[in-house]
Amino acid sequence: MNLGRRLLITVPYAWLVVLFLIPFLIVLKIALSDYAISIPPYTPTLDVADGWGGFKEFWSKLDFENFVFLVEDSLYIKAYLSSFKIAAIATFLTLLVGFPFAYAIANAPEEWRPSLLMLVILPFWTSFLIRVYALIGIISNEGFLNQFLLWTGIIGEPLVIMNTNAAVYIGIVYTYLPFMVLPIYATLEKLDGSLLEAAQDLGCTRIGAFWSVTVHLAKPGVIAGCFLVFIPALGEFVIPSLLGGSRTLMIGKVLWEEFFSNRDWPVAAAVAVILLLVLIIPIVLFQRNDQKQREASK
Amino acid sequence: MNTDAPFAPWQDEAATPLIEFSNVTKRFGAFTAIDKVDLKIYPKEFFALLGPSGCGKTTLMRMLGGFETVTEGRITIDGVDMNGIPPNKRAVNMMFQSYALFPHLTVADNLAFGLKRSKMPKSEIDGRVEEMLRLVQLQKFSHRKPHQLSGGQRQRVALARALAKAPKLLLLDEPLGALDKKLRQETQFELMDIQEKTGTTFVIVTHDQEEAMTVASRIAVMDHGKLKQVDTPDRVYEAPNSVYVADFIGDVNIIEGQVTKAQGEMAELSWGESKSSIRGMAGANLSQSASGAFAVRPEKVAIFTDAPMDRYNRVTGVVEDIAYLGNMSTYYVRIENGALIKSQVANDRRIANRSITWGDTVWLSWTDTAGIVLAS
Repeated sequence: MNLGRRLLITVPYAWLVVLFLIPFLIVLKIALSDYAISIPPYTPTLDVADGWGGFKEFWSKLDFENFVFLVEDSLYIKAYLSSFKIAAIATFLTLLVGFPFAYAIANAPEEWRPSLLMLVILPFWTSFLIRVYALIGIISNEGFLNQFLLWTGIIGEPLVIMNTNAAVYIGIVYTYLPFMVLPIYATLEKLDGSLLEAAQDLGCTRIGAFWSVTVHLAKPGVIAGCFLVFIPALGEFVIPSLLGGSRTLMIGKVLWEEFFSNRDWPVAAAVAVILLLVLIIPIVLFQRNDQKQREASK
Repeated sequence: MNTDAPFAPWQDEAATPLIEFSNVTKRFGAFTAIDKVDLKIYPKEFFALLGPSGCGKTTLMRMLGGFETVTEGRITIDGVDMNGIPPNKRAVNMMFQSYALFPHLTVADNLAFGLKRSKMPKSEIDGRVEEMLRLVQLQKFSHRKPHQLSGGQRQRVALARALAKAPKLLLLDEPLGALDKKLRQETQFELMDIQEKTGTTFVIVTHDQEEAMTVASRIAVMDHGKLKQVDTPDRVYEAPNSVYVADFIGDVNIIEGQVTKAQGEMAELSWGESKSSIRGMAGANLSQSASGAFAVRPEKVAIFTDAPMDRYNRVTGVVEDIAYLGNMSTYYVRIENGALIKSQVANDRRIANRSITWGDTVWLSWTDTAGIVLAS
């Protein structure tokens, strides 16, 4: 291998080491430390000037106390499980909304498709935070949705959506929809129309052909879309804290509270480390799906 | 069964056709894809729809499959009006140009796809799949996915899948289009063999006239949504009913002129300034003293250095080009009226011994029955 190529490969690795591995090791170190009223708010800190003896003392003070605490206090396990549940339900709802979107775009006249895709991506041009705030204006008790429904007479009292899990679902579905639509669209768009005709030719009804061909062949896109929504939704912090109520329990919110309200950095760091480990599982599954798909299309 | 008589149900008044088009028209908006077509196709036929792209041959086939509706007229299959009957309710299967194999299913599952959706009991499906695999010699590949097969193997899977439900009628849309030339020729004979074995009626769409000539019992030559001629391959080649058909099927020389005699089987045509006369078979709808065209195939045109006085048909001209093809040579001879006439001659002598060369004045000649006089 020549120098140029080696250098080229070094760049992404260096990037990952500096911006991911080192920060992660720092967080891991904090997670193994103890809470202290000081700046920074944890102990021990490594003082290089103390030499080998100082390092040995530093090392001996690190322990897994915080991780044990996470298991002992049921709040954290509940928060992880609740995050999992909310992310899973939200992903499923996003799929229900996103699949018809993708199907409609893929079946639209060819000259329309770029504009329709643009419309799906367009909200990304607005800040994520502003979009979530805008949702408050729509779904709050005096929001546009309630005003409209009251005006039409469908409801007599405003619907309470804000500060519930329903608001979190609406927020996740709305903000993550493009991540679901795009991969499904990509698989549906490649679908050969003659496969549907062949299925009908061999005895399927139109709906039967849709199930046995379209849905089957869209599976890789559906799986990719679900992971792309599920992974960030699991650690989501902005949406539950802005739209969700006090009873909405998500690990991202717990993490934020530990860091900024409790200022218990070691416990917060432990929560973050566990969250990362939990997220690695779906990411590995996602990559395996991706690889399988690539092998199949060879 | 009488095996001596040639297979020609279209000549038998008593034979009942499997498919009947009566005055069928298909329009896409303002565009007329099929224009008042009447056609009968008989059981066990291998029927080819031949024509340039956009002539309506694919639309005609897709109407049989139920993928296009009929704008006007009626299509019956086995005496049943097909209007409004969806593809899944027809005893018709189609082999798609792209093969349309289900990429997520194995070869065996592709073959079983239609069977599982029919009334066939589960216990019989495996046997039928096995039988189809044997028919196309793909037993070893039953567990492969389509992307693990070669183009020729995929083509055979598509054929087997379309035949698995034992349809009354099999439609083949450019079935050999994606294969290379050598494989295509082998597969043509395999197709004919399978058609004979299964006794299924085949309707094939192709733009390759050689393929149509090889496989078909009858050919329909189409142009602009109309059937120009429906006949056996040899009749279409030897006795085209129009200049269009003569020109579309194979290579042809056309000499335009006036019909001077049209009696019985023979006709005469005078052409050029000298009003010299040539004689040939009489084509359809000839009328005397109308303008006409004489069509003769290059391989039926002989070339001489001296005038062949014993022949009625002789035309003189100058050799403009010689195409040497190894086993044969084609001479391009410019004649009096400016037309370029091709003469194809087998190279039974070495090229060094050739007596005719560029710029030579030569005589072209053919027998009285070699060409045909057509109305133009």
